[in-house]
Amino acid sequence: MHLPHLLSLLIWLPVLGAIAVLAFGRQANTARWLALLTAIATFLLSIPLWMNYVPAIPGMQFVEKLAWIPALDANYALGVDGIAIALIVLTTFTSVLVILGAWGPIEERVSQYMAAMLALEGLLVGVFAATDALLFYVFFEGMLIPMFILIGIWGGPRRVYATLKFFIYTFLGSIFMLVGLIYLHMKTGEFSLDAFAHASLGAKEQAWLFFAFLIAFAIKVPMWPVHTWLPDAHVEAPTGGSVILAAIMLKVGGYGFVRFSLPITPDASQEYAWVVIAMSLIAVVYIGYVALVQEDMKKLVAYSSIAHMGFVTLGIFVALALVRVNANPVGARLAIQGAMVQMISHGFVSGAMFSCIGVMYDRLHTRMIKDYGGIVNVMPWFAAFMVLFAMANCGLPGTSGFVGEFMVILAAFQDSPLIAAVAAFTLIIGAAYTLWLVKRVVFGEVGNDKVAKMKDLDAREWIVLGAFAAGVLAVGVYPKPLTDLMEPAVQQLVQQLSLAKM
Amino acid sequence: MIQFNPADLATMLPELFLLGATCAILLIDLFLKPTQRDVTHWLSLAALVATGVLVWRDAPAQGASIAAFNGMFLRDGVATVLKVFVLLTTGLVFLYSRDYLRGRKLFVGEFYLLLLFATLGMMLLVSAGNLVTVYLGLELLTLSSYALVALNRDSAVSSEAAIKYFVLGALASGLLLYGMSMIYGATGTLDLAKIHAIADFSANSPHRMLLAFGLVFLVVGSAFKLGAAPFHMWLPDVYQGAPTAVTLFVGSASKIAAFGMTWRLLDGAMGGMHVHWTQMLGVLAVLSLAIGNVFAIAQTNLKRMLAYSTISHVGFLLLGFVNGSASGYAAAMFYVISYALMAAVAFGMIMLLARAGFEAEEIDDFKGLNQRNPWYAGVMAIAMFSLAGVPPLFGFFAKLMVLKAVIDAGQMWLAIVAIVFAIIGLYYYLRVVKVMYFDEPHDATALELPRDRGFRWVLSLNGLALLALGVAWGPLLDWCDRAFAVAALIPR
Repeated sequence: MHLPHLLSLLIWLPVLGAIAVLAFGRQANTARWLALLTAIATFLLSIPLWMNYVPAIPGMQFVEKLAWIPALDANYALGVDGIAIALIVLTTFTSVLVILGAWGPIEERVSQYMAAMLALEGLLVGVFAATDALLFYVFFEGMLIPMFILIGIWGGPRRVYATLKFFIYTFLGSIFMLVGLIYLHMKTGEFSLDAFAHASLGAKEQAWLFFAFLIAFAIKVPMWPVHTWLPDAHVEAPTGGSVILAAIMLKVGGYGFVRFSLPITPDASQEYAWVVIAMSLIAVVYIGYVALVQEDMKKLVAYSSIAHMGFVTLGIFVALALVRVNANPVGARLAIQGAMVQMISHGFVSGAMFSCIGVMYDRLHTRMIKDYGGIVNVMPWFAAFMVLFAMANCGLPGTSGFVGEFMVILAAFQDSPLIAAVAAFTLIIGAAYTLWLVKRVVFGEVGNDKVAKMKDLDAREWIVLGAFAAGVLAVGVYPKPLTDLMEPAVQQLVQQLSLAKM
Repeated sequence: MIQFNPADLATMLPELFLLGATCAILLIDLFLKPTQRDVTHWLSLAALVATGVLVWRDAPAQGASIAAFNGMFLRDGVATVLKVFVLLTTGLVFLYSRDYLRGRKLFVGEFYLLLLFATLGMMLLVSAGNLVTVYLGLELLTLSSYALVALNRDSAVSSEAAIKYFVLGALASGLLLYGMSMIYGATGTLDLAKIHAIADFSANSPHRMLLAFGLVFLVVGSAFKLGAAPFHMWLPDVYQGAPTAVTLFVGSASKIAAFGMTWRLLDGAMGGMHVHWTQMLGVLAVLSLAIGNVFAIAQTNLKRMLAYSTISHVGFLLLGFVNGSASGYAAAMFYVISYALMAAVAFGMIMLLARAGFEAEEIDDFKGLNQRNPWYAGVMAIAMFSLAGVPPLFGFFAKLMVLKAVIDAGQMWLAIVAIVFAIIGLYYYLRVVKVMYFDEPHDATALELPRDRGFRWVLSLNGLALLALGVAWGPLLDWCDRAFAVAALIPR
């Protein structure tokens, strides 16, 4: 089965669903079901994307192209490679779980919540599918609007501060990228990413462009020291918002590095790789320590997200040194592959961790670690899931967390044992903060009377956590389908990297 | 040597028609009882539509510029586009204001007649081919506007705003006239195209100093009319003091006309000196962006906030001129059109929320609007995100085109300044969205909507247009591009 316009369908079906939910969702349950059905349909439609993808054909597949603004030669151009497919499937998968997860907790203005989620899903798919820079930018910025609304309406007590900070911070980053894109348009006369990648650019131009992209994507990832919006946004966001934010939105940053920084400014990327690598290592180590002292569970997981995303940026930029300085394309492939696997894995793990916190929050309405304790005594099933995800968060072999981190460390070792050693340090800190969290929340004596009255998972929560667990274990035990899917794209990228542009 | 050619009358048929229609409405209105004022309303709208049809029908072919009355009056692509949007936004003013005026006992024939005369002035202004026509159109527009601002004569704020507007506006007109006289002195002609041909600004020209002063006065006069900093002092008071219906007009249609005037004067007459005036406009643009965006943050009154936001948008608009090329002007025109449509939604929303004895002009009056009426909260949110320049809304693409013009001109630092201020500007637009969506309403009852169904429909359509034009902005951009591509071909 080969559906025409599959990518457009994946973008616009959720958006249309969002409009339908707004129009017909006066009744909360109608809105919920309509949203769930749309999300499931989108997920099902994204499966043929994976199934029909042909690894043997290089470049973009499922290509669509419509003239959008002829005067600028900007096109409605879509296409995906293995990396984008993996991220799109992650998006559609997570969206279903998020909508399911919001079934009970969201009681006010349900239709608006569901509509914002669906719109966000469509825009995220658009970001991963766009092969035109202007179109990418429109999706990239457009997705801030539903997220702004999600955090602002359904968030915690300091939601207004958090959501304004989130919006302005990320907008600040991306608008510099816009200037870079306009500049590239001036050089090439079109907006296609392919043309940008083939444009010949001098060293100075590349450096400016590199930093324009770096600001945009580093804020999105987020990398130390521009990460400060994330803990606030995570803490104040409703559970679903946190899950989408951690599982997918952060990936847009990593994806941006792969799609923009590396192909368009390879020489500058090589020259300044040390900046990014240093920032990544600081994120991995320093932010790990910051996570250790958090008393708010969501904040802890938010900081751990920053540390884990440090691996993504580390892998991407270590690859440059490997391919260019050490002439080691195999190692470079390993590094990028590892970074990409880490993105997918972190999508599952962080989504699951935030869902777990959401489950607890729904019962006691607090996120403070000290308010919990001994949950295993009253919620054995939940405890089992929580411990599994915690293990994945520390990177235990057999879980998805291990695969990506191991690949990145392995590749980093080929470049510099020192970098690898510092990065590997995370395995210790990660274990420390995660296991300490689990110890204080899940194990021990029942903390207080309120905890004693907590009920174990209901069927809906079971499905959500079970699905995340399946993802975590599948990638952890048998990552080959995932790596096979992304391998051609990674190979092509490494090939591109080996050629200087100047 | 000056001959009257009857064919010239046909060239300015739309203007003549509007003049005739306005005079007819003036007479008809005299014989109407106050309860029959709706007749004036519909007749005025009909006059605008018919004028629009004439403008559209007589649009010159691409590449053509038809001159009438010895070049006093030009009908070219630029004039056509600007007139269409002037008529459109004036039509929106009529449609949005009826209930508002009625609630304030301002539903009088004068409002319609003054607006129609102002429209005539704007049409003349954007078609001017001679300094005299520029001044004629400008005065017809501004004199009508002064009176309109003072329409609510029992309100002290309104009268104060009108006086300020009048005094500063008259000063600006004086400056403009003074500049025109210097240019006339240096070139011996009032015809824009001839000035362009004659004006000699080379180092050894005897008129160099005179021309330079004339140019400065023209720039200052235009900046006054546009409301660019540091000549923006009148703008916040006028926006706040005028009845919202009039603010809507001053903020939308008259900005389009002011753009047309600026272009005619600076590129049409002084195009040979663009190296000099682009620098001046660059300074004005940066100042406007800075003052507009920073001061807007401190406002609690929505009309005043929008006034400062206008100043910042004028800054962006002027950036389009910095390029000094057809694509830059097209970007600026695209920008001013987008701004007028966005401002129409924002002021329309203020009028939608207003009721007899209650002006919804404080930002707090929008508190919890999403709970009271999600649809109109959505419309306002679209307008705010669009004004802030967030894709996929229209306002973003307008900013994109201007930034592109600036970067193409090699002025990277100007582009950086512009985006830094755009980020600052983001905050106050988001604050309006925040108030509507995240705050609890003062009273949670459903919003009482005005009875005028046409108003509600058109306002909704206007809001959705910002979204639709964000998706399909190509044709409009093309139209703007073609208008200037044509103008550039005219042999001077």
